[in-house]
Amino acid sequence: MLSTIGAQSEEDLISYLPSDVRFNAKLAIEDGKSEYEIVDYFKEVAERNANGYASFLGAGVYNHYRPVLVDVVVSRGEFLTSYTPYQAEISQGTLTSIFEFQTMICQLTGMDVANASMYDGSSAVPEAAMMAVRVTKRDRVLIARTVHPEYREVLGTYTKHQGIPVEEIAYAKSGRLDFDDLKKKLTDEVAAVIIQTPNFFGLLEQVKEIAALVQGKGALLVVVFTEAVALGLIEPPREADIVVGELQSFAISPSYGGPYAGIIATHEKYIRQIPGRLVGETVDADGKRAYCLTLATREQHIRREKATSNICTNQALLALMATVFMTVYGKQGLRELAEQNLAKAHYLAGKLPLAFDAPFFHEFVVRPNGKSPEAINGELLTKNIIGGLPLGRFYPELKDCMLLCATEMSRRQDMDTVAASFRES
Amino acid sequence: MIKKVSKHIVQNEPLLFEQSSPGKWGYQLPPLDVPPVDAAQALGAENVRTEIEDFPEVSEFEALRHFTRLSTWNYAIDLGLYPLGSCTMKYNPRVNELVARTEGLAWAHPYQPEALAQGCMEVVAALERALEEITGMAAVTLQPAAGAHGEFTGILMMRALLESRGNPRKKILVPDSAHGTNPATATMVGYSVENIKSNSRGMIDLEVLARAVTEDVAGLMITNPNTVGVFEENIRKICGLLHDKGALVYMDGANMNALVGIARPGDFGVDVMHLNLHKTFSTPHGGGGPGAGAVAVVDVLKPFLPGPRLKRVGDAWAWNYDLPQSIGRVRAFYGNFGVLVRALAYVMAHGGNGLRQATLDALMNANYLRALLEPHYEIAYKAPSMHECVFSDDRQAKKGVRTGDIAKRLIDYGFHPYTVSFPLIVRGALMIEPTETESKRELDLFADAMISIAQEVEENPELVLKAPHTTRTPRVDEVRAARQPIVRWKPPQS
Amino acid sequence: MSYPTNYQYTKEHEWVLVEGGSGTIGITDHAQHELGDIVFVDLPKVGAKVTKGQTFGSVESVKAVSDIYAPVSGEVTEINEALSKTPEKLNEDPHGGAWLIKVKLADTGEAKELLSAADYEKYVGAE
Repeated sequence: MLSTIGAQSEEDLISYLPSDVRFNAKLAIEDGKSEYEIVDYFKEVAERNANGYASFLGAGVYNHYRPVLVDVVVSRGEFLTSYTPYQAEISQGTLTSIFEFQTMICQLTGMDVANASMYDGSSAVPEAAMMAVRVTKRDRVLIARTVHPEYREVLGTYTKHQGIPVEEIAYAKSGRLDFDDLKKKLTDEVAAVIIQTPNFFGLLEQVKEIAALVQGKGALLVVVFTEAVALGLIEPPREADIVVGELQSFAISPSYGGPYAGIIATHEKYIRQIPGRLVGETVDADGKRAYCLTLATREQHIRREKATSNICTNQALLALMATVFMTVYGKQGLRELAEQNLAKAHYLAGKLPLAFDAPFFHEFVVRPNGKSPEAINGELLTKNIIGGLPLGRFYPELKDCMLLCATEMSRRQDMDTVAASFRES
Repeated sequence: MIKKVSKHIVQNEPLLFEQSSPGKWGYQLPPLDVPPVDAAQALGAENVRTEIEDFPEVSEFEALRHFTRLSTWNYAIDLGLYPLGSCTMKYNPRVNELVARTEGLAWAHPYQPEALAQGCMEVVAALERALEEITGMAAVTLQPAAGAHGEFTGILMMRALLESRGNPRKKILVPDSAHGTNPATATMVGYSVENIKSNSRGMIDLEVLARAVTEDVAGLMITNPNTVGVFEENIRKICGLLHDKGALVYMDGANMNALVGIARPGDFGVDVMHLNLHKTFSTPHGGGGPGAGAVAVVDVLKPFLPGPRLKRVGDAWAWNYDLPQSIGRVRAFYGNFGVLVRALAYVMAHGGNGLRQATLDALMNANYLRALLEPHYEIAYKAPSMHECVFSDDRQAKKGVRTGDIAKRLIDYGFHPYTVSFPLIVRGALMIEPTETESKRELDLFADAMISIAQEVEENPELVLKAPHTTRTPRVDEVRAARQPIVRWKPPQS
Repeated sequence: MSYPTNYQYTKEHEWVLVEGGSGTIGITDHAQHELGDIVFVDLPKVGAKVTKGQTFGSVESVKAVSDIYAPVSGEVTEINEALSKTPEKLNEDPHGGAWLIKVKLADTGEAKELLSAADYEKYVGAE
């Protein structure tokens, strides 16, 4: 090969590079390891993590069973190692499954159109805000304090330089959105109001009533979900203008925070404002149904500085995991799964002093009598149980509280242990 | 002659909704060990949905068959070469898939107590160290979810630094050869974009640049080697020009596969750059994602990195949130950890010497293809190619055949097309990057295919213009898809 | 296709037909040909103001977007609704039935600075 190129050695291939840019030392990285050593390294490193603990953490990342079929499907080389489906003729597998994904997200959320996924739930929020700004041509955004705190931080980072002031709406004693505060802050300059349901405290927000207020002022209602399983049982936010959310619950491993898959869904009329990739149905040269990426003129590779967003990637493989999950569970299964989550959480909550008094799905805030959340968690760790999230780090006014989550994976005996630990004083 | 593929029958398969039937199911949950709860009572009847309308119901086996059949309609790296320029479609090592699924890592919750997350934090720290070494930069963040996300993070940090100095400035310079994400990102950070024309060698024109760099310029976004696969020989001067005017240099690291071990952006003047872990670092493309966009910075930008950052407390890792100048978070939690595991495994498998060797192999493969194809296709720029080579369709255009047509005919030969019509500075571009993991055998098959197509263009252009001919799906009507967008299935009207 | 001699043209490939105080604006045959199959046309609302030399909308094909620049200034009095359902009309009849917008002219003298049909044909011939 070198002779075809006309070189004597591989070093010749870089000999023309200016000497003042060449790195002539050896990279300070250990020599290459064998497969066994690599597997051992990660096994050893994983042992320094929690292993074999029961966990009652939620707060945006949830423990749910991952059907065996999910990894079987996504491990197929044709899905795992394929590229973005720009060449429709040889990507119909990916395109078809994304079309199914887009459809199922619409069915789940009650919207008309959904894209091929966003990086995650948190980054989908500013994308929705930017969409609302484009559509309404207004420039203020309101976001409920009961939206996931890290999601709110991300919105702040994105809007800082877009001339979009963001204001937070307080929560009421119920733990849900404070309607008075919303009414006070909802002016004619507001492009979007962003709420989450179930909210960060696990409580269901009153979407219909909020929508009426928001849309009455000509603003768009953006509804966020962090727990997709809830949509198996709870009425979707049909009154929303834009729905964004996180699909980690659908067979995407918690994996210390990522990669996940976000979604953005909306009404037909906003289809050209939606960011990210979209798969559309068409026909091929033989007149048979086929799929392709479409409305690409919204995207960065064509619009460049006028694009709806700079996003290039979609989370295809994770969206596929979610698609397989949704297929395996199906219409009845998602409902039964959600019902089990409801039952487990209400069993545990029934034994504990709740901080708020509104309907909740599978997460709830507890205010222990006497003991601090940290002390309770410390005790639980000795019993190989990871307790809930102490809220002080995000809500200083709730530093005596913790957020607990129970899912279909939570065992009764562990819940009994948690309950007991709240009692012992 | 088509050597790499032969005809084969492939299964048909309808959509899930078209084979759905009430009462079928593919799951089984264990029975409840707690009392069931009446949803209407717990949530309020008006909050309980009656059903998920038209959601599919199929059996487990139907589900497996469905996705298996769909997969057979895809091309993939596992099946053969993807000569896509600037995509770096290299082998996705399977040991990476295994280690990413290690239970203690895959099930780690981002909020679990730090004492019980030391393993994850060790992985993040190890990869940060390795990437700092590879880029020659002072610090790395692994928070961004993808390349474009990394660009956003990098430009935000640039802006934050300039603001701390009193003036964020107004515009970002972008070469006309740049990837579309570059100008799109600049706009998202509140900058206007000014395009810089490339010179006749496909590189940045120093005089044009010198005139363009004013006190209003916050920075330059550069790709090196650039999108025609050529090293910017004046890179030090370019960085100097920007630095002299108090501006910064952002490097799009999409082409890092040409530099690992032989040149370090931190050494030649770059201030901030992103790396696409799903390109150079072998993490799988998965049909379009996930990726991860590591961002490396020089010392002066460190305070602005997104938080939290890892810090050492005694002999343990901890997350440090006390970062007063940080730009904030660009996403929830810490990063695409599952992707980071794979990238670290890749680095470990190669080691320092192996990484350098991989780069040389990538250069050799690209130059080998260039040598075989130059007699038949018009090379866009005479400068030496690094890991990719770019041709224009000038010769074939004389026969009315364009790069897009040649690409479609390549599919009949059993390959995925190269990158078509990009960069924009080349008329009718063909951008070819084999990567180091392709064997000579596969490369020869590719070169044979391209040479055969060049001949077909001369003798029988219709064959190329109407391609592909042998795929299960021939060309699709993209115009119709855009005019009447149908982006979801709907039940047929009864 | 020929270029109607009673229209005026711009170098950005728009045409305007001035009739008294109003103007009809469209894109030229050359433009639609360069774009290829048109899939979407983005037009302003009735009542919007357009300014000579500034963009007022865009035309999309599958792989490209082109901004449309106003050849004259004015207020939009009518938009061609048919184009939202059948954008392909713009490929078929760019000088006639596929006009884009009608405006009430702000300054009837502006159009005189534009190219005549003959000048425009020479311009695109040379391109």
